[in-house]
Amino acid sequence: MSEVLLASRIPLENYADVVGAGEIEELRALAKPLRGRSMEMINSTAVGGGVAEILNRLVPLAEELDLSIRWDVMRGAEEFFDVTKSFHNALHGEPYQAKRKDFDIFLSYNEQNRATLPLDAEFMVIHDPQPAALIDGRPPGSNHWVWRCHIDLSHPNRAVWEFLEKFVSRYDGAMFSSPEFSRQLPISQYLFYPAIDPLSEKNCPLDSEFVQQVLHRYQIDPQRPILTQISRFDRLKDPVGVIRAYRIVKRYFDCQLVLAGGSASDDPESALVLKEVVRAADRDPDIKILELPAWAPLEVNALQRASTVVVQKSLREGFGLTVSEALWKKKPVVASAVGGIPTQIIHKHTGLLAHSVEGTAYQIRFLLSHPEIAAKLGEHGHEHVKENFLITQKLKRYLALFLMLDRRI
Amino acid sequence: MNVAETPFDFVTASYLTRIGNQSAGTLAELLTGLEHCSDASIFHHTFQTLGSHHFLTEGFSNDFAQWTLSSTNRNDLAEQLAALDIRDYTSIAALRTDLCCMVRDFCIAQPQVTSQSGLERFYFCESVEVTVPLGHSARNLDEFRDGLTHLSHAAFYFHFISSRLRLQLQTNDFSHWLSSSLGLRTLADSINHIDVYTNTLDSARGKMLRLIDRERKKV
Repeated sequence: MSEVLLASRIPLENYADVVGAGEIEELRALAKPLRGRSMEMINSTAVGGGVAEILNRLVPLAEELDLSIRWDVMRGAEEFFDVTKSFHNALHGEPYQAKRKDFDIFLSYNEQNRATLPLDAEFMVIHDPQPAALIDGRPPGSNHWVWRCHIDLSHPNRAVWEFLEKFVSRYDGAMFSSPEFSRQLPISQYLFYPAIDPLSEKNCPLDSEFVQQVLHRYQIDPQRPILTQISRFDRLKDPVGVIRAYRIVKRYFDCQLVLAGGSASDDPESALVLKEVVRAADRDPDIKILELPAWAPLEVNALQRASTVVVQKSLREGFGLTVSEALWKKKPVVASAVGGIPTQIIHKHTGLLAHSVEGTAYQIRFLLSHPEIAAKLGEHGHEHVKENFLITQKLKRYLALFLMLDRRI
Repeated sequence: MNVAETPFDFVTASYLTRIGNQSAGTLAELLTGLEHCSDASIFHHTFQTLGSHHFLTEGFSNDFAQWTLSSTNRNDLAEQLAALDIRDYTSIAALRTDLCCMVRDFCIAQPQVTSQSGLERFYFCESVEVTVPLGHSARNLDEFRDGLTHLSHAAFYFHFISSRLRLQLQTNDFSHWLSSSLGLRTLADSINHIDVYTNTLDSARGKMLRLIDRERKKV
C-alpha cells in the first residue's frame, strides 16, 4: 500500500478572494454532515498526469474541511502499466488485439493491491481503469463505491470495455467528464468536470514584468497579436492545422503564432510530430515552436496571459483543460467542437467554436477585428470557469455526491 | 422593525448532473427526447442551466435553445425556445408541454429540416439536488439582509429561482417570507419582479439589497 503524502498546501481561506466567502461557507456546510466519515481516493500514480494533479489539490482542501480523507496509489510493475497503457489507448478507440495474458496481468495486480490497500472507507472513489477491479475487494456492508473515469469511452475497443464493464457495473455510480464519454450502464452516471486550481503556478496572477520577460526570452513581439496553442506535439492536437489557420489569418493581420508544448525528447511519436510542425512552419520567423520543460507552469501561464487569442484546434480531446486555463485568464478562445470543449466554450458566449482550418481562421480574424467582443467573451469565459471548472467546485461536487449516496437520493 | 414568528432559514443546494440515456442529433429526436425525458431533465436544462450560466445575460436562456442555435442553426426556433420564461411556470409538466408544442409546431411547419443532423448531439441530463442548511436564519429585515449578503450563488439560486417549483407559486422563497412573515408585500413584489434573464445572480442580489435598504430607511 502506498499512501500519498502531500507536500504543498494552500489554505482554503485563500480561495475566498477568488470565489467569494459565501462559496467557502457553503463548502463547510456541505462538509459538516460528512465529518468523521472516511473517504478514500485510489488511482495509479502520485505524480504526473491530470488525475494526480487534481488529487494533489483536492485532498488537502478536503482535509481542511475536517474530512477524514486519504489518497492511496496502487502498486504495479512495468508489465502492469504496459497492459494498462494498451487498455487506455484501446478504450480511446485505437486498434488493439485482445490477449488473455494481458487480462490475467491486469487481474493479478489488482488482486495484489486488494491485499494491501485498506478499501474500508465509507466512500471509495476509484479513478480510471487501472484499479477498477479492486471492487472485488469491497467488504460486505454499506460502504459506497464510485468509479471516476477520466477517459473518453465513446468509441472503446469492444473486448477491453466488455472486460472492464463487468467490474464497473458493480459500482454504485460512475462519473464521466462529458455525457458523450459515458456508456449504457446499469448504474447511475454523473457528470464530473475536471478542474483547474486558480492559485496554482499555472493559473495564479502574474506580474506583467514576468510576462514581458517570458516574451523576451522567446523573442515574441508584445506589440503584435499573439495566437497561442498550448498542447503536446500530438497529431490529435492538430498543430499543423493551427499553422494552416495562422497562414490564412496572416493575410489579414500581422500576427505571430506560438505553439508551446512539453518536451518531445522521451516520446518518439511526439518527436516525429514536432518535425512535421517545424517543416510546416517553414522557417517563418513569426511562428515560435517552443519545447517547454515538462513542468514549466509559470511560462505556460505567462504565454497564455500574453496571448491575444488562444487556440485549441484539437481533432479529438478528452476535456481539454487548457481551454479552461485560458478562459480563466479572460482570453478569447477559438476551439474545435470536440470532446469536452463545447462544455467549456458555449459558442458566441464564452468563446467561438470551429469545425475546420478555415473556420478556425475565420473566427480568429473575427476576434482580431472585434477586440471588444473578444474581451466580452473572455469575461464570460472567466465567469463560466469560476462557476463550473475550479477545484473548489469539484470539491463541492464530491461532497454533494457523498451526501447523495448517503441519503440514497 | 417587524419580527417574524417563523424565521427564514438559509439553505444551500448543490446539484449533481446525472447523465441520462437519451440524446438527440436532430430536431425530431429533440422532440422525442422532450416528450419522454424525466421531469428532472426538463428542470436541469431550463431552471438549473439558468443558475449555472447566470453570468450570460444576453441571448442565453436554456440548453434547448442554445443547442438549437449552435448545432442546428435554426435561429427562429431557438428564439422561440429562448423566449420561454421559467418564472411563468410552477410545474415542470406545463413547461414540458410548451417546449414540446414549440418544437412540434416547427417540425410540422418545416418537415424538411427536422431530420437534418446537428453539428453536435444533445445529451439529456438530470439534476439531483442535495440541500444542506447553512446554519443561520433571520427573524427581521436586518438579519435577512445580512444573510442575503453572504450567500453563495448556489444558495441564492436555490431560494430565488428553483424555489418557484417547490412553492408551486409564482414567487420565490425570499418574497414569500417577506410577504407572509414580515408583511412587506410591496418589497416582496418588487423582489419578485427582478428579471433573472437580464441580470446575473450577483446583479439580482445587488438590486434586492438596494430594495431592502430602501425599505429599511422607511422604518
